[in-house]
Amino acid sequence: MIIVFLKVINNKDRFFINNKIEKQIIGILLDVDWFKLLYYIYLEIIVGDKMEDEKKLSEFQRRINSGEVIEPKDWMPERYRKQLIRMMGQHAHSEYVGMLPEANWITRAPSLRRKLILLAKVQDEAGHGLYLYSATETLGVDRKDLLEQLLEGKAKYSSIFNYPTLSWADMGVIGWLVDGAAIVNQTVLAKSSYGPYSRAMVRICKEENFHKKQGYEIVATLAKGTPEQKKMVQDSVNRFWWPALMMFGPHDKESPNSAELMRWKVKLKSNDELRQRFVDLTVPQARAVGLTLPDPELKYNKERRSWDFGEINWDEFYNVIKGNGPMNKERIKARKEAHENGAWVREAAEAYAAKHKINRKI
Amino acid sequence: MSEKNKDSQWPLWEVFVQSEQGGPHIHAGSVHAPDPEMALQNARDVYSRRNEAISLWVVPSVSITATMPSDQGPFFDPASDKIYRHPQFYHVPKGLK
Amino acid sequence: MKLDNNVKNALFEFLLRMGDDRLILGHRLSEWCGHAPVIEEDIALGNIALDLIGQASAFLNFAAGVEGKGRTEDDLAYFRNETEFKNLQLVEQPNVDFAHTIVRQYFFDVYSNLVLTNLTSCPVNELAGMASKSLKESKYHLRHSKQWLLRLGDGTDLSNEKTQNAVNNLWRFTKEIFDIDETEKLLIEKGIVPEMSGFREKWLDSINKTFMEAKLKLPEDNLDFSAGSRNGFHTEHLGHLLAEMQILARSYPGAKW
Repeated sequence: MIIVFLKVINNKDRFFINNKIEKQIIGILLDVDWFKLLYYIYLEIIVGDKMEDEKKLSEFQRRINSGEVIEPKDWMPERYRKQLIRMMGQHAHSEYVGMLPEANWITRAPSLRRKLILLAKVQDEAGHGLYLYSATETLGVDRKDLLEQLLEGKAKYSSIFNYPTLSWADMGVIGWLVDGAAIVNQTVLAKSSYGPYSRAMVRICKEENFHKKQGYEIVATLAKGTPEQKKMVQDSVNRFWWPALMMFGPHDKESPNSAELMRWKVKLKSNDELRQRFVDLTVPQARAVGLTLPDPELKYNKERRSWDFGEINWDEFYNVIKGNGPMNKERIKARKEAHENGAWVREAAEAYAAKHKINRKI
Repeated sequence: MSEKNKDSQWPLWEVFVQSEQGGPHIHAGSVHAPDPEMALQNARDVYSRRNEAISLWVVPSVSITATMPSDQGPFFDPASDKIYRHPQFYHVPKGLK
Repeated sequence: MKLDNNVKNALFEFLLRMGDDRLILGHRLSEWCGHAPVIEEDIALGNIALDLIGQASAFLNFAAGVEGKGRTEDDLAYFRNETEFKNLQLVEQPNVDFAHTIVRQYFFDVYSNLVLTNLTSCPVNELAGMASKSLKESKYHLRHSKQWLLRLGDGTDLSNEKTQNAVNNLWRFTKEIFDIDETEKLLIEKGIVPEMSGFREKWLDSINKTFMEAKLKLPEDNLDFSAGSRNGFHTEHLGHLLAEMQILARSYPGAKW
């Protein structure tokens, strides 16, 4: 009997028992008092909760559809919370890891003005990482745990940062293409359904515009500079164009999370739509400074009023995501070293606070 | 794993920024910090890199008590029918400022 | 203000010292970017580096103007050799760890606050203006480095040990900070730079108070040599720093960036 009972309650996806034989068995069993008791408890707790959840879920979807903003304490499906934590965590990690390729050139910036700009930009990225970690923490996850996942290689971040920065021109091209792509993405995310995420995005978008502009300024300066500088910047565009297109993720049909994220208005535009928008924005900018984008199939399509472009090398894309990009190991190593070397500092500050009881109530 | 478990994190502080004299302090986000002084310094660097603040508050996140979404009805609806609290409720002769 | 040639030269020298201190220290701090103990500190150190390099840019720009040979602040930053740099040996010392970084910063910040406060009453308007702008920033830097020094010194046994070690390593670079040479004597005599005597005592007094609170010990005062960095005598670290800093600018002379 217990087995039957367990079988019934394990069948959690069904609210009601449809199977005739099971119904009959239950009918008989309901005469047994202790079974009756258990069964009603089961109906009350499991089925009752399920129905309640179902009601909440449809109410939730109604709120999303009517454009309401979801706040941390509001009821939300567990899936929504998990998807947000995954996506916002990845986004935060991307900013944090994304500091490294550019920080690589701060000490070699060719003028004081450029040094100041680059330093301010990389520092902004730390700030953006922080806004995003802070927004993710409103979902009941600790930054410490998010960082741990990053350091253990369990969390993803934008694969663009696994490419090396090999010349000063990369500082321009990253600002122009990588931040440019990020802005296309983030402008849409600023309207996402989760309040803390969208507010962080609004702030970030405001600041990112400076990043893109300074990048394009470097690109334009190099493009009209000496022959060596021109060569430097074209080489950089050749290296970063395709990885920048990859930043929008796989094609819609191969993007496992897209449909759900769009239904919940966490994402509002599909990967392919955003990628197209980016290409359409960027081609004229490249032409304006006389740079060639490394895609022979790039051609204006009059009917679509959009640029057709070639297929991304998806093998490379998945390979870099899997950890085999040129700089994956170095990036994680740098983050780990900073974390481990900083442990004694964090502990010291904590010990000081405890000694001086300045955190009495915390 | 024991190494990692040892690594606790600094407490969380909510940051409120006043951006102009006489204006309200508005919630900007949060920072981690070991104590109030460091929380202020971190808040300054994170939320006022572009001169956004003339004054900052930091409050331990755990010290904030907030209403729950389920409170929405009983807490706030009763105020919505007291239209006499709003100036629009009153009729005054036209042209009067 | 009309200046004699020898006074002008001295002022140029003095401005190089002010600019170079800030450029080199700012550069060192910028090396932390992306590698700090917590992300909040990445931002804090970045801010201080930005302030310092900004100050350096202003001092060097003014220096170039005083020199009057058509050089720019970038020429001064990127096209001088190590013996032509006039920064203190203290600021060129490597980061090593967070303790060394904070101790180096604290020693410099206390000094910088003294000098900048002094210069706000300088009769050369540009210099006085630069000093008062820099002083605001420097006061905040001091608050940051002092608060960290207290936490590191009076934190855990390990942090105390590391910090004391940093103090012991860096102490020998502090004496020359207060040497007054012919250049400065001339500027003081002409009333351009206010009197600086008693600075070391004031500096020591601040350091002493903070060290007591931070449970750190002042090393034996056995500093009877002067490093002479103000005349271009440096430790080996500066050359490597400059090699990195100047590589791009020097590899493409005449290029615009």
